Amino acid sequence: MAVEPILELRDVHTSYGAIKALKGVSLTVRPGEIVTIIGANGAGKSTTLMAICGIIGLQQGEIYYNGEPIHGQDADLLPPKGLCQVPEGRRIFPRLTVEENLEMGAFFRRDTKAIQQDMAHVFDLFPVLEDRRTQKGGTLSGGEQQMLAIGRALMSRPKLLLLDEPSLGLAPMIVQKIFEIIATINQDGTTILLVEQNANIALQSAQRGYVLETGRITMEDDARKLLDNPRIREAYLGEV
Amino acid sequence: MLWLLGLLWPLMGIHADGTLSFGKAFTVWLYVLAGTIVIVALVILHKQGLLTWAGAPLKMLRAPAAATTARIPTWIWIAIAAAAAFVFPQFADRYGQDVAINVLVYVCLGLGLNIVVGLAGMLDLGYIAFYGVGAYTYALLSVYYQLSFWLSLPVAACTACIAGCIIGYPTLRMRGDYLAIVTLGFGEIVRIILNNWMQLTNGPNGVLGIKAPGLYLPDWSGGFSFEHLYLKKLHYLYYVILLLAIFTILAVRRLNISRIGRAWEAIREDETAAELMGVNTYLLKLLAYAMGAIFAGLAGAFFAARMRFVSPESFTFLESATVLAMVVLGGMGSIPGIILGALALIVLPEMFREFELYRMLCLGGAMVLMMLFRPGGFITAKRLGRRSEDKEG
Amino acid sequence: MEFFLQQLINGFTLGGIYALIALGYTMVYGIIQLINFAHGEFFAAGGYMGVILLSFFASKGYMQTHPWLCLGGALLLAMLFCAFLAMAVEKVAYKPLRHSTRLAALVSALGMSIFLSNGLMLTQGVYDKPYPSGFAQGGFEFGLITVSYLQITIVLVTIGLLIFLNILVFKTRIGKAMRSTAQDKVMSALVGINSNKIISLTFAIGAGLAAAAGIMVGLYYGSVNYTMGFVPGIKAFAAAVLGGIGNITGAMLGGLIIGMVEIFGAGYISGQYKDVFAFVILISVLYFRPTGIMGENVDDTRV
Repeated sequence: MAVEPILELRDVHTSYGAIKALKGVSLTVRPGEIVTIIGANGAGKSTTLMAICGIIGLQQGEIYYNGEPIHGQDADLLPPKGLCQVPEGRRIFPRLTVEENLEMGAFFRRDTKAIQQDMAHVFDLFPVLEDRRTQKGGTLSGGEQQMLAIGRALMSRPKLLLLDEPSLGLAPMIVQKIFEIIATINQDGTTILLVEQNANIALQSAQRGYVLETGRITMEDDARKLLDNPRIREAYLGEV
Repeated sequence: MLWLLGLLWPLMGIHADGTLSFGKAFTVWLYVLAGTIVIVALVILHKQGLLTWAGAPLKMLRAPAAATTARIPTWIWIAIAAAAAFVFPQFADRYGQDVAINVLVYVCLGLGLNIVVGLAGMLDLGYIAFYGVGAYTYALLSVYYQLSFWLSLPVAACTACIAGCIIGYPTLRMRGDYLAIVTLGFGEIVRIILNNWMQLTNGPNGVLGIKAPGLYLPDWSGGFSFEHLYLKKLHYLYYVILLLAIFTILAVRRLNISRIGRAWEAIREDETAAELMGVNTYLLKLLAYAMGAIFAGLAGAFFAARMRFVSPESFTFLESATVLAMVVLGGMGSIPGIILGALALIVLPEMFREFELYRMLCLGGAMVLMMLFRPGGFITAKRLGRRSEDKEG
Repeated sequence: MEFFLQQLINGFTLGGIYALIALGYTMVYGIIQLINFAHGEFFAAGGYMGVILLSFFASKGYMQTHPWLCLGGALLLAMLFCAFLAMAVEKVAYKPLRHSTRLAALVSALGMSIFLSNGLMLTQGVYDKPYPSGFAQGGFEFGLITVSYLQITIVLVTIGLLIFLNILVFKTRIGKAMRSTAQDKVMSALVGINSNKIISLTFAIGAGLAAAAGIMVGLYYGSVNYTMGFVPGIKAFAAAVLGGIGNITGAMLGGLIIGMVEIFGAGYISGQYKDVFAFVILISVLYFRPTGIMGENVDDTRV
């Protein structure tokens, strides 16, 4: 456990107006891991990711990425450092084509050749996107949009990929497929922080997990142990 | 802020023969620069908490003041204000009465616009058109048909209301920010029509010979009869407009706390949600628009009766902007705020006559600053009920 | 027939100018959903900068030796100046209000517009400023139709600017960043776009185009006035809405239509009511086809 963490949150507080969203979240992600944050609606999972990416300002606390403090930095400076998010609801650019959407992922990069290679790699992972490359992003189905969103994030060659609810609103078959691809991406060397409401599939694919309840981390353990934990089974896996 | 001024610097005086002169522009920008520095300094001091020394005595004063205010019921304050307004002409000279009449006209206009902007949340930039419609209605009725002021008043309100519906009918289906530009366009159209319809409105020369409001007084000299008296004296006119203003205040207050007022606020906050809750948004928006127009029409009729002359010159966009500024600076949706706004925007320019030219410049600047630092206006509207933002979560 | 053709040429000139102004509205609205009321003032400021620079050149005698160079220089400098002015205005009056209500931002924009136009009045005086005459006089004559060199210049400059803008928006990296910021600001930040810079740039480009239009109007009518931004501003907005707000091609087309309608309305119906036609079109378009003839390009359709 002497490995330097790739991401570390220390006592992070945020709020929307007078309503506190995060009340002291601390977590670490080590290189090569898949870490998941599970929790109910409104627990603050997406807020945590948005705070990491600099979209939401912190009231208190610190965030370190590769040992460097990134709290208070502008959001647009983070993707070039290899920190990339696939946000909740996918947020495809609806009036750009699939190809342009992927190019946007590599926006800060100037190495045209490597970008072309990466796009070919994304098309290998998601062949359906290649068929649709001149179609407008907004016309894709939910599953295709999710693939496009992940593909777009890969175009930035992330070291740490934040995934927010990749299973949201998708058919079980597609969810299975998306999680297989997440595992592949992880094996290729990308660290993943995964936020999910679908605790079962998230804990099965992750090494470690955090449980977030109303803005606080209430549990932290190996994913297997969390899966076996009766309290978790009751609260998040729907078993009585 | 300073960067902006630096960029404006090249806009200097220039003569037709191509020579440059910097004198006039220099003074203008000096004033603006000085104003900006003062404001920026105040903001910075406030941010660093250095103004507490100035705020502390005020706060100490405010606590007992608030206590006394709370002890005396609101109606007494209102009664005092009303009494002061009532006896005002006895103590003021002609000039003072003139300014007071102006203030009250703008109070009516501001409150009418407040229904549209403050309550229903629609930005109306052609509001002065209804004022114009009201004014011309009375002017024409008086000149062509010798109709009396009191009879014309409801007619003026009606025509303004109809004009409001005509304008509102096609525009209110649109998105809010289109509305702003369309009303702006409509305001211009009304002005252009008034300017060009020579047969009816006498064009840019205006309508002359409008009668002042009359009053029938019982006359016992030589048997009982009514004597018709034209209220040409300024302080009589003052009471007429005071009556109108009080009527407007009461009407707006009733509307504000009524079911309709609540529906307007719902539309302002989230139109889609209001619609889903069963509020007929289209009808209510039209109603807000028409109500606003009615008060403008009443004020317009009075304006015509008082000046005894109307011309399209009085109904330009800048007038709309002035009324809007009163509403915005005073506090959208807040009746005392708008009265204060009207008072400030009429009285202050009178006091600083030598800066007459700078009036609109200051007005524009004040609108921006107000939105930046205190979007609720001087007296922020109190809303009924409690809401979640108010308490600490 | 001659009259018709003459009007067609005049309408084309005026329409091009409206199109240039409309682009600024449509781009800004597309990206931050705000009607930039101060846009007309950028146009007026451009016209004034043109007067100042051209008079300056004329007084130094450059106008007689290199007239085209002077015009180009004045155009470029005025566009640059207005671009910076617009960026400053955005930073001061719009950026802090990006997360507050629409109404607050609109009022602030309106206040800025009043502030700028009165600033122009105070520094430049209330009277018309004449443009240096003797520039690009003469023209072609075909029977009764005249096409002045000035009109040709205006049309060529307008077309040049429109082509430049199209390339910028649809072919370059910056254009792609502008389009993606217009569609989703948060996601744009997540792929590494500084949306503040892009918004600022959008204001700058729009104001630059408006400044060019201001100079051309000044040349065309021979003078500028501090109120000149108001009515063309509304008409250009009508053009932007007509084309579908947020839609760049639409704004160009809308500008042309509004220009044509105004010229033909004035020629065949009534000159006194020429300002009314544009508004009538605006209102009928909003009523029958609120998304404009080309369809609009904005996501947030809420008030």
